[in-house]
Amino acid sequence: MVDGGLWSFEWLVDGYPFDEDYAPAAFLIAQGEKTWLAPLLVPLALPLLVVRRPKSDPLFARILILSGALGFGWLIAQGFGIGIRGFTFDWLKALFGEPRIRQFGMGYGAMFSATAFLFLLTQGIAARGAINGDVFVVSAIGGVIAIVTTFVFFPIANMLFAAFVTEDGSYSLTVFAAKFFDDRLWGLGCLWGARCGAAWNSLFLAVIVGFVTTILGLCFALVVTRSGFRYKRAVRALTVLPIITPPFVIGLALILLFGLSGSVTVFLADLFGVQPTRWLYGMPGILIAQTLAFTPIAFLVLIGVVEGVSPSMEEAAQTLRASRWQTFRTVSLPLMRPGLANAFLLGFIESMADFGNPLVLGGNFDVLSTEIFFAIVGAQYDQGRAAVLAMVLLFFTLSAFYAQRAWLGRKSYTTVTGKGDAGVHPLMPTGLSMPVTTIALVWAFFTAVVYGMIVYGSVVELWGVNNSLTFKHYVTAFSVRFEEEGIRWTGAAWDSFWTTITIAAIAAPLTAAVGLVTAYLLTRQNFAGKNAFEFGTMLSFAIPGTVIGVSYILAFNVPPIEITGTGVILVVSFIFRNLPVGVRAGIASMSQLDKSLDESSLTLGANSWQTFRRVILPLLRPAILAALVYSFVRAMTAISAVIFLVSARYDMATSYIIGRVENNDYGLAIAYSTTLIFVMLAAVGLLQVLVGRVQIGRRS
Amino acid sequence: MSEPTISSKAAPVRFEGVSKVFGKDVVAVDAIDLHVDAGKLVTLLGPSGCGKTTTLRMIAGLEMASSGRIFIGDRDVTTLPATDRDVTMVFQSYALFPHMTVLENVRYGLTFSGFGKEEARSRAQAGLDLVGLKGFGGRLPSELSGGQQQRVAVARALVLEPQVLLFDEPLSNLDAKLRRQVREDIRAIQQDLGLTVVYVTHDQEEALAVSDEIVVMRNAAIAQKGTPRELYDAPNDTFVADFIGEANLLACIIVAVEGDMAVIEIEGYRYRLPGRSLPAGPATLAVRPSRIRFGDDTGIPATISKATYVGVRMEYTLTGAFGQVFAVQDDVDDPLEPGTEVRMTFAERGPVLLPGG
Repeated sequence: MVDGGLWSFEWLVDGYPFDEDYAPAAFLIAQGEKTWLAPLLVPLALPLLVVRRPKSDPLFARILILSGALGFGWLIAQGFGIGIRGFTFDWLKALFGEPRIRQFGMGYGAMFSATAFLFLLTQGIAARGAINGDVFVVSAIGGVIAIVTTFVFFPIANMLFAAFVTEDGSYSLTVFAAKFFDDRLWGLGCLWGARCGAAWNSLFLAVIVGFVTTILGLCFALVVTRSGFRYKRAVRALTVLPIITPPFVIGLALILLFGLSGSVTVFLADLFGVQPTRWLYGMPGILIAQTLAFTPIAFLVLIGVVEGVSPSMEEAAQTLRASRWQTFRTVSLPLMRPGLANAFLLGFIESMADFGNPLVLGGNFDVLSTEIFFAIVGAQYDQGRAAVLAMVLLFFTLSAFYAQRAWLGRKSYTTVTGKGDAGVHPLMPTGLSMPVTTIALVWAFFTAVVYGMIVYGSVVELWGVNNSLTFKHYVTAFSVRFEEEGIRWTGAAWDSFWTTITIAAIAAPLTAAVGLVTAYLLTRQNFAGKNAFEFGTMLSFAIPGTVIGVSYILAFNVPPIEITGTGVILVVSFIFRNLPVGVRAGIASMSQLDKSLDESSLTLGANSWQTFRRVILPLLRPAILAALVYSFVRAMTAISAVIFLVSARYDMATSYIIGRVENNDYGLAIAYSTTLIFVMLAAVGLLQVLVGRVQIGRRS
Repeated sequence: MSEPTISSKAAPVRFEGVSKVFGKDVVAVDAIDLHVDAGKLVTLLGPSGCGKTTTLRMIAGLEMASSGRIFIGDRDVTTLPATDRDVTMVFQSYALFPHMTVLENVRYGLTFSGFGKEEARSRAQAGLDLVGLKGFGGRLPSELSGGQQQRVAVARALVLEPQVLLFDEPLSNLDAKLRRQVREDIRAIQQDLGLTVVYVTHDQEEALAVSDEIVVMRNAAIAQKGTPRELYDAPNDTFVADFIGEANLLACIIVAVEGDMAVIEIEGYRYRLPGRSLPAGPATLAVRPSRIRFGDDTGIPATISKATYVGVRMEYTLTGAFGQVFAVQDDVDDPLEPGTEVRMTFAERGPVLLPGG
């Protein structure tokens, strides 16, 4: 039923309810068609038996659990039991005979009944006394588990299976082994001049990027907190950059500078009379681009850590006759160590998952994320290979993610207690201050040049060939005509622009809602399996976008959930890609709210839903706003998962730009990117203004 | 329509063998029986970690009993969550909602209790009047002083006319002078309205001042319950004696039992006091600092090892063969110097015999 997109209701007029493709199950069963849906009626009717019974009656709970579990189970069973070509399993054919029609994607009907069954189940569990019989909390847990399972675990599991599928559709270990031990994946040729496998390339690159971004991030953090540098606010503004920049834009700017016809390249070539080379394409280019892109992330992490080292510790060291340099080396630096590790792992994960820059700058340097893409869209079209590559990539990022949590989770040295620390951070020792400030300034200057290049490049006719200034690219992309019927959006980019805005705008509130409910459950409620629950919801942070993309097209291209090619799949992928952002924002601000606020609301007669709505939510307004804007902006800049999921009808800005780049139409691509950056800058700026205004007297 | 006034629907609270176990084996409350009469103020008193706050939270329904039954009035509320119990609570941190004005805070619970908008408003207003905060309704909690915030929290809990009102260390965030006044206010409101109040504190002086009855808890169990006077004058054991007010514990020998009275001996000094049906033999004598006298010619030999002037009285530490005792004397004009040899005796009433030697 989603064939025409979830927003299309043409099935309502197109023969509903009697045409057999569209008809609701009730009609079909009455006509003796699709009898496998009939058993669903039983659990649907079951709860009617207990409508009048009190909640405390054990029968009430039992019936609800029974009907919920039965209905939900049957829905899933029939969803998978009947494939696109009839029954999936032979014994089902024997039982029901060969069906005349195939399974269609599940639509609203199935969605509503699944939801209904789920909440019948949770009502029942609550009535049995779980979590003090709190229906809202049990339902929220059930709901989050159900959607995370459906849209994170199911596709990933599906993808893992795809790695074992042979060409004729059966499962085999040898196929997996053949693809897994492929030379293109693990080859070590680069040690003697040939090419290395993508896995080694990715790993090598990620380690270097993690290392370099950590050092640069630390330099910036030290300059901001422990130097007499005057323009600290400008340096802090750096942190906004990665949020508003589509990932491949840095790559584009680097091409303008150092590419074959880049300004620096041409300038140097003229100066020394050497032939320009393509050195940028490959490892060096990706390394520079990723370092530029992810240094601000490391900075963001490290500034918290560096500021978190209590000044009184350092003052204590100084009163114990340690010099500034000794204090830094023996106290400050060791206290920052967990933060450094954290920044390294973040850089590592980001580099592994980055898709845009390798795509633009990769050349012959294969990395996992782009190899996955080419395995799916290239001439080789090999789902199994894509799945294997995705597994390797997932293994790397999950290991880093796990290491980060296991090792650093309990090892926070953050020493600020909130009171009594009136001290001031000592300045860096001079011997350190000079090089650190120099490095930071040079890199900041470089970043500024790169961003300047983006803006400048968007108004140049044809880079390197015709350097005259023009607004031609903006006109091509964003021209409008005013006609009698109103405005006509004639520019080439408008379609994808509005689609992007719409999809991002739909996804943002959903992301924020799911994220906040999850955060509420994690911070405010205790239930069995809470740790697994938390791990599951934060997991999607470590799953690279390309992996999500591949697993989604593998999982949702066929019934029961058939949403590939629709706008829905984009919205869904954004929700689960950005969920950790919402969850983190929620957790961070919810843990600032004293639990006695909830409790006093409960003792005053409000139930947990009313408490959530009237006490927690109003106090979280800044967090909600932030989650909204960030998930909106991230949805606009995302590329890695999106590029697998877009369709002609639902093209996104980023994938459109990548398409332009592949056609060597850099002018339009850069003009479009510049526009996106400014749109998002506006969004973030608006957030600053709004949050600044929401003044709430927190508990002091 | 007459102005609404706040009345009381006070009900008794009963615990029958209630236990609370956290996780697998952390016993916070161990099979306690407790009865709180309607209209009484009962204090749960004990050192931190003794289970008093958990007990309070079980009355509120914020913690569920692991076993046993809890009654409020005639109703078994053991499995009822906080929302559905007719109990309100004043939190240690006040827990005022920072995004609502004072009036909205006080009105909050009323809107869930089926009152109309106007009714809820006038009731909330009456609540604020009662705690002396007339005219503060439009302010935010952050614009009030600590004591005022405290009173808003009390008003918010009072206006619901709960069957039981709970206080969780309500004075611990106030400065010493304010404490005395607020506790008197709380006691006055409780007595005027005839509320059932359960009050948690670890401050024994506060407990003595406000309570109809005190329940002293230790290690998840009830050590003793009784009126403040009973606990102070007749503690059951050394723990209660030492916890309620300060007590000097001295080893003694019961040398004779004469009906209700017993005669004890410490280093040759004999003293007569109620025997509390203890047999002859070794026992412990608990003596409050203010019940120690010196200056007689007879008594237990002791040396003054420390003398401190604290304004209203003198505080002395005495050492001797019995160990060390702490004594206070009202006579500040002729203080004794450290090193002075004295003879220690006890006041006619006050010292209590406890079992154990």
